[in-house]
Amino acid sequence: MTRVLDVRDLRISFPVSGGRLHPVDGVSFSLDRGETLALVGESGCGKSLTSLALLRLVPEPGRIDAGSVIQLGDTDVLALRGEALRRIRGKRIGMIFQDPMTSLNPVFTVGDQIAEGVLAHLPVSKAEAWERARGLLDEVGISDSAARLRAYPHQLSGGMRQRVMIAIALSAEPEILVADEPTTALDVTVQAQILEVLDDLRRRRGMAVLLITHDLGIVAGRADRVAVMYAGQIVEEARTGDLFARPSHPYTQGLFASVPRITGPVTRLTPIRGTVPPPTAWPSGCRFRPRCPQAFDKSELPPELMTVGEGHRMRCWLAEGDGPIGMASVLPSHPERSEGGIP
Amino acid sequence: MAWRTPRGRAGLVFLGFVAGLALLGPALLPDPFRQFDLLELASTPPSAEHPFGTDQLSRDVLSRVVSGARISLSVAALAVTLSLTLGAAVGLVAGYWGGAVDAALMRLVDGALAVPRLFLLLLVLAVPERVPLIILILIIGTTGWFTTSRLVRAETLRLREESFVRAAEALGASRRRIIFRHLLVNTAGPLLVAATLGVGDVILLEAGLSFLGLGVQPPAPSWGGMIMDARPVLEAAPWVGIFPGIAITLTVLATNLVGDALRDALDPRGA
Amino acid sequence: MTPLLQVRDLVKHYTTAGLFRAGARPVRAVDGVSFEVGHGETLGLVGESGCGKSSVGRTIIRLQEPTSGEARFDGVDVFGLDRTALRRLRRRMQIIFQDPYGSLNPRMTIGAAVAEGIEIHRLAAGAEIGRRVGALLEEVGLDPAYGRRYPHEFSGGQRQRIGIARALAVEPSFIVCDEPVSALDVSVQAQVLNLLSDLQRDRGLSYLFIAHDLAVVRQIAQRVAVMYLGRIVESGPTEALLSAPRHPYTVALLSAVPEPDPTRRRARIVLSGELPSPSDPPPGCPFHTRCFHPARDERCRSEAPILRAVGATTAACHYAESTPAAEAPGRDA
Repeated sequence: MTRVLDVRDLRISFPVSGGRLHPVDGVSFSLDRGETLALVGESGCGKSLTSLALLRLVPEPGRIDAGSVIQLGDTDVLALRGEALRRIRGKRIGMIFQDPMTSLNPVFTVGDQIAEGVLAHLPVSKAEAWERARGLLDEVGISDSAARLRAYPHQLSGGMRQRVMIAIALSAEPEILVADEPTTALDVTVQAQILEVLDDLRRRRGMAVLLITHDLGIVAGRADRVAVMYAGQIVEEARTGDLFARPSHPYTQGLFASVPRITGPVTRLTPIRGTVPPPTAWPSGCRFRPRCPQAFDKSELPPELMTVGEGHRMRCWLAEGDGPIGMASVLPSHPERSEGGIP
Repeated sequence: MAWRTPRGRAGLVFLGFVAGLALLGPALLPDPFRQFDLLELASTPPSAEHPFGTDQLSRDVLSRVVSGARISLSVAALAVTLSLTLGAAVGLVAGYWGGAVDAALMRLVDGALAVPRLFLLLLVLAVPERVPLIILILIIGTTGWFTTSRLVRAETLRLREESFVRAAEALGASRRRIIFRHLLVNTAGPLLVAATLGVGDVILLEAGLSFLGLGVQPPAPSWGGMIMDARPVLEAAPWVGIFPGIAITLTVLATNLVGDALRDALDPRGA
Repeated sequence: MTPLLQVRDLVKHYTTAGLFRAGARPVRAVDGVSFEVGHGETLGLVGESGCGKSSVGRTIIRLQEPTSGEARFDGVDVFGLDRTALRRLRRRMQIIFQDPYGSLNPRMTIGAAVAEGIEIHRLAAGAEIGRRVGALLEEVGLDPAYGRRYPHEFSGGQRQRIGIARALAVEPSFIVCDEPVSALDVSVQAQVLNLLSDLQRDRGLSYLFIAHDLAVVRQIAQRVAVMYLGRIVESGPTEALLSAPRHPYTVALLSAVPEPDPTRRRARIVLSGELPSPSDPPPGCPFHTRCFHPARDERCRSEAPILRAVGATTAACHYAESTPAAEAPGRDA
């Protein structure tokens, strides 16, 4: 396996009156060629910010703190400046976003927008760029590609636009594709199509995919590994099969117990109590402690990621017990009617 | 809200100062109608006795500028209040009722906007010999609400689609209740901004009309009228026209500063 | 017992006619929909964006006027009511919206928002209003002291609870839930679903639960109706419909639901083509342009199928008896 991306100790901070907030606080992960890693979490957990940091697109006044490492092959992304930085965007890491409605420029045709991406990074003529654009549309499953090149974004459905976005992201043949909630704005039947396209491209091109999502259902069929984020940190990571078979962190277990299923008996859901706290209200010690049904005295101290199985780690003091913790031994049970959390 | 930025603060302080002067000043200063030297009707340059000098009728310019503030500001305040009320009412009704009511009202506004306001005012004001102050205020007020109504209508159209307005409808709220409790309060921001900017406009308009001899009638001092009166002596005694001019400029500048600060404070949906 | 709500042949067309657009085709958002909701029952109305499900919800409580059709609520002809009678009916039919941010007036306290219905219908006066508001906030799992705060101080899930309290304030017997959990985080979504179930049990409420997520609907609805291009293509008891769907669209929809269980990979039916425009629906069966049923033929292109009983559900498909099942539980696809 070739390592294409290594992120270590990524910390992103924003200035606030009286100090700095760290909405991403010590995130480490790696990505191999041809692999899909899913970054899963609820709103505000820092997953999107993490993905923007890979391209150094953290919005002002945010800043990537010293000591963070983003190693892209043999390139130190955090050392890049100006033109060199621009060259990795799109060329080495492509990106697609949640909202295909606003990600395309309404006044240019689809062909213009894909060809622009090609021309920006590859030494080809304009005619060649258009020819490539047509090939890309074929590749993302848009039929009648020659005619579609001349279409304007408003003439396309949401699913089509997301395919065009993928074609643009692929235009410079990046090694890594970052997909930030690529199907959240789409209907389920369209979502299935788009995920199919992404999977197909990964296989054929050997691209690495970083899939950012809140939906465990999407992850189940698509990702090789999963990292679950909560409050700016990765709280559990494992191979997909292991995570679904043995979710170990109480937060991951809570997520599973919250999701309604389409098969099996219908039982009352057991949600996690309270709400996701904003970065201004993250507690000391274990950040999940106030919502955790299994919190104990040691939760007052911040846990590190600890190994609970092969390639399976979690940020929870329960990991110090004997062996991997199965879901059966620690099924959450707690009252949820009163939400409690102070806004 | 406007207090948060230094420029907004400067504007508020200055407006407060002018308003204070307009209220209390005339009591402290010489009678603006009083002619100091009936024998020698001549303007004197600024001095310790007359800081802004005297005009060609030897009246104290400072007193007249301060009395003028009273007139100019009250014309502005009343006319703006009137046009905001009309603009808000028309905008809310057109935006919320929609359909034929909306179409009729907006075509009316389109028509009115196509006629230059000054032309309209000249037409109305030039006919009678003397225009009482109250009529002047009414006319300025009733010709100034067109753009406000458009602003409010656009905001109402947006708000009407918000779920909280739908929820109120679903609860059985009357149109009156929806307009006052849900729509009006949420257009207050843009209205407030329109108000402060409108004050500047009206002060200038009143000055312009008075300058043309169609506004506030002499001998009552208004800033525009004073500049007009100063015209024959402007070369020999520039202070007669300069001080009311400075008063207009600073006041309009101050209201615009406050308006801009309000706009910044209210957008995007601060509070 | 007669159902609480009976809807017959509901049609809602949006005309985009204007001075320069005379003759433009109307958008046929709802094109002849009939269903019933029983006392204390939840009917799930499922479909993808643009299928007309939200228009159905808004039309039956007359937030929008229907183009034609009939709705009877507890024997009352909803579409025939004048303004005064409609206001009285609003006490009994309420709605909860999707967007937790747009559903509360930003310049009104939470307490005032919840009190609004009580004031409009004069259900209480003076200090009694405050007492009721407090009790309602408590019932939806919020601290009664929150009443003095403004919406921006609350999270999405809390706002959704506030919206529910506002609807409950007029003591309705029927609530249209328009995608009430789709904008919420997973953990919070489960809290709100449980709350809605508890309220139904405690107050005997009936829900029309509009959603795009079959798994969510399965959690809360006893019966489900699936919509496609303004029409109901299949309806029936939830478990029957999900275990043995008869309409090919239901089969496709079901197969696309991502399930958080890698050991249960099902055959995914990836629908070909695009959703036709609701202003120009295809003739015959509205689904024929994307259908994968092996028996589809000329009849599907010319003759619109009607809803008929097939097994445990009713489906609008000429060949519903032989619809292939996508699901092969426990087996890899």
